[in-house]
Amino acid sequence: MAEETKAPEAPKKEKIPRQQMPEQPADVRRHNFDEVPLGYTPEQAMKEASRCIQCKDPRCRQGCPVEVDIPAFIKCIKEGDFEGAIRKLWEKNALPAVCGRVCPQEVQCEGLCVLGKKDQPVAIGNLEKFAADYQRNHGRDVLPPKAAPTGKKVAVVGSGPSGLTVAGDLILKGHDVTIFEALHAPGGVLIYGIPEFRLPKAIVASECRYLERLGVNFEVNAVIGRSETVDELLERFDVVFLGVGAGLPMFLKVPGEHYIGVYSSNEYLTRSNLMKAYDFPNYDTPLVRGKRVATFGGGNVAMDSARTALRMGAEKSYIIYRRGREELPARKEEIHHAEQEGVEFMLLSAPVRFTGTDDGFLTGVECRRMELGEPDASGRRRPIEIKGSEFMVEIDTAVISIGSSANPLLTKSTPGLALNKWGNIVADPKTGKTMKPRVWAGGDIVTGAATVILAAGAGRVASNSIHDFLTFGW
Amino acid sequence: MFEIVERQELAQGTIVSNWIKAPKIAVKAKPGQFVILRANETGERIPLTMADTDPEKGLINVIYMVVGKSTALFKTLQVGDSYRDVIGPLGAATHLEKVGKVVCVGGGTGIAVLHPITRGLKNIGNHVFAVIGSRSKDLLIMEDRMRAASHELLICTDDGTYGHHGFVTDKLKEVLENNKDIGLAVCIGPVPMMRACCNVTKGFNVKTLVSLNPIMVDGTGMCGCCRVRVGGEMKFACVDGPEFDGHQVDFDELNLRLRSYLPEEKLSYDMFKSAHKCSCGS
Ligand SMILES: Cc1cc2nc3c(=O)[nH]c(=O)nc-3n(C[C@H](O)[C@H](O)[C@H](O)COP(=O)(O)OP(=O)(O)OC[C@H]3O[C@@H](n4cnc5c(N)ncnc54)[C@H](O)[C@@H]3O)c2cc1C
Ligand SMILES: Cc1cc2nc3c(=O)[nH]c(=O)nc-3n(C[C@H](O)[C@H](O)[C@H](O)COP(=O)(O)OP(=O)(O)OC[C@H]3O[C@@H](n4cnc5c(N)ncnc54)[C@H](O)[C@@H]3O)c2cc1C
Ligand code: SF4
Ligand code: SF4
Ligand code: FES
Ligand SMILES: [Mg+2]
Repeated sequence: MAEETKAPEAPKKEKIPRQQMPEQPADVRRHNFDEVPLGYTPEQAMKEASRCIQCKDPRCRQGCPVEVDIPAFIKCIKEGDFEGAIRKLWEKNALPAVCGRVCPQEVQCEGLCVLGKKDQPVAIGNLEKFAADYQRNHGRDVLPPKAAPTGKKVAVVGSGPSGLTVAGDLILKGHDVTIFEALHAPGGVLIYGIPEFRLPKAIVASECRYLERLGVNFEVNAVIGRSETVDELLERFDVVFLGVGAGLPMFLKVPGEHYIGVYSSNEYLTRSNLMKAYDFPNYDTPLVRGKRVATFGGGNVAMDSARTALRMGAEKSYIIYRRGREELPARKEEIHHAEQEGVEFMLLSAPVRFTGTDDGFLTGVECRRMELGEPDASGRRRPIEIKGSEFMVEIDTAVISIGSSANPLLTKSTPGLALNKWGNIVADPKTGKTMKPRVWAGGDIVTGAATVILAAGAGRVASNSIHDFLTFGW
Repeated sequence: MFEIVERQELAQGTIVSNWIKAPKIAVKAKPGQFVILRANETGERIPLTMADTDPEKGLINVIYMVVGKSTALFKTLQVGDSYRDVIGPLGAATHLEKVGKVVCVGGGTGIAVLHPITRGLKNIGNHVFAVIGSRSKDLLIMEDRMRAASHELLICTDDGTYGHHGFVTDKLKEVLENNKDIGLAVCIGPVPMMRACCNVTKGFNVKTLVSLNPIMVDGTGMCGCCRVRVGGEMKFACVDGPEFDGHQVDFDELNLRLRSYLPEEKLSYDMFKSAHKCSCGS
């Protein structure tokens, strides 16, 4: 109550609407892989920043998993101090250019912004992206000061957001850091999963180059568990951080998943992003250019796949999802963008089997309609099959995006790690410590598939704990 | 960068052997494991089995057949040139076990894959029969190395230009008939050959290992492209294999999936050949 009455009186000046993000028009962008939002101009950013009423007890900040000092960085932007803004962001978040683009802001920072009660919330994500992009394109090219070398050696396994955060933090504290990455390019999901049109690879490369300039060693093509085991790393390094993600694709387990044209989203997106199959035959890796594509699932990964399909020349790109629109777990912006671009949503539908030709090519999927019952353990209403409601959809490509789980390659070769029943590594959420001495873990391999900012946050937690251990021995 | 230090053309240039500097992989590699190679920045990730290693010199040996764009591109790499990426060792190592008598059957470039396994089985004290075959005498590879890796080597050619005139399955059957105490068969080669061998060994109730070669991308269990059906279950060949119990493998499905990209592969190879013709005249 008291807080309500104390809220600043709205001054009698003209209300500034939330600044629209300029975007490539839908009918243009569905044919290219360039980034969809074009970014705020400095004027737009300052105008948007001026909407923030600088709450004393900022709700937005509680919505951010790493507690970015949102009013402070926005104040800097409002005053045109863009360098100050990025410094504020960096205090809590090593990857603002990425998070500004991919955080589910509507359920995090922006979801709690007080302006959102009556009006639209402050565009925190867009401002974060602006500050990071401005710094990358115009910022002074100075590296932050590094502590004196400690002589301690840290191995980081996996170069996704958690690993990059750990590496960035610990290199500044004077430790010697090496990142081991299984693929031939660093960045984790940011490089192999999230498409160019949503997160340009040049940004990920620039983040990695920055770490390299700070002195982080990158060893790509290093599959820990095969090339070298964690125990072997522990002989050469004082500590090991495991940020290997949740890279194991799940399949539907319905008949016909072997047909040519059925992909996991990991394969579909890895081919098109990491291997640049969208530029075949200039790049050698092929990806079938489906005319009628169905993506199964309703998360960000599904939206990315369905929108990639359009850019690969699909005439029809469907999202087939068991639950309803309300339950779609993807970011709102992604659903909106997908719809604008012409992705068709078949909600409350689940696949029963795939059909194909004798020589193995996918021709269709049989689906069954669903209705929503009582909420299940996850709190979402459970889909129930409607008997006899089967229908056929003619497709030549299917992308299965129903989630991913822990890849056992590393954990199986590492004795002494405790795993939960899904195969995720057990780690203390307050420190990132695992049950194995001198080994920390964080990100999707601990939590199961989650978000970039949660992985980055877990990296920050672990790096603090690792620094304490290397400095004080606990 | 991974430099080629020795290079040989075999089987009239249809097959190429490379010794590549990859010290970290060389000390780790075990029989049955493979690497993934990429020639350059625009290249595909191509899986090849290690036919041999030299840990002291830090070298690995791959032997590949030129079948399309990427292997043709590999063939242009000479001694002193480098692969951009070599990743490994990947896949589960062969479970080498002393069973007494074993028979190892290889066809085409499958012989390269079979070689370290054969040698491993011999080294731990098995009596090893080896059967290798090719279409014709000129196309047979690694005869000497296979002879050294086994106790008895039998050779077959489809056209009868060398050794037995006929398929490796003929000699496999013969060996199994004459040696009722054979405890294990390892059969590696083209899919139809492995399938035919498994049909033979089933009749003798001899456990049979095959090495599967589905299309792969990452080779770490992340993409699911390499899924194969074994005993009715979905397996990822890059991490669960590449070796499996041949009597459980669904070869039809493997064969289908290997054909996923035929039109794209042809386009890619044709473009490469026409671009390459002008520069080297071949
Ligand atoms: C297509 C897609 C879209 C997404 N969209 C969003 C989004 O919009 N917003 C959002 O917040 N989140 C999104 N996510 C989720 C987010 O990307 C992940 O939660 C996050 O990347 C997890 O980070 P991580 O550090 O745990 O590992 P990852 O990013 O998964 O990286 C792990 C790295 O470890 C490497 N690795 C694995 N095993 C080994 C090994 N044995 N040895 C060496 N290296 C190894 C992998 O190759 C990989 O590079 C998306 C995910 C996908 C797949
Ligand atoms: C574990 C494993 C080990 C292998 N070891 C050897 C070896 O030691 N020697 C050897 O000559 N060959 C080996 N192969 C096969 C080799 O990888 C293919 O011949 C090669 O990828 C063909 O590529 P290309 O571009 O030259 O030909 P393409 O014309 O692109 O392909 C020819 C055929 O090869 C298969 N193929 C295509 N791309 C791939 C891919 N990315 N992964 C696997 N297969 C593919 C397809 O069936 C295709 O029709 C192995 C394959 C696997 C999976
Ligand atoms: S990191 Fe994500 S949640 Fe936090 S302020 Fe930035 S966009 Fe919002
Ligand atoms: S809640 Fe909204 S208005 Fe308040 S400080 Fe945060 S962004 Fe600004
Ligand atoms: S090649 Fe990707 S999972 Fe095996
Ligand atoms: Mg190819």
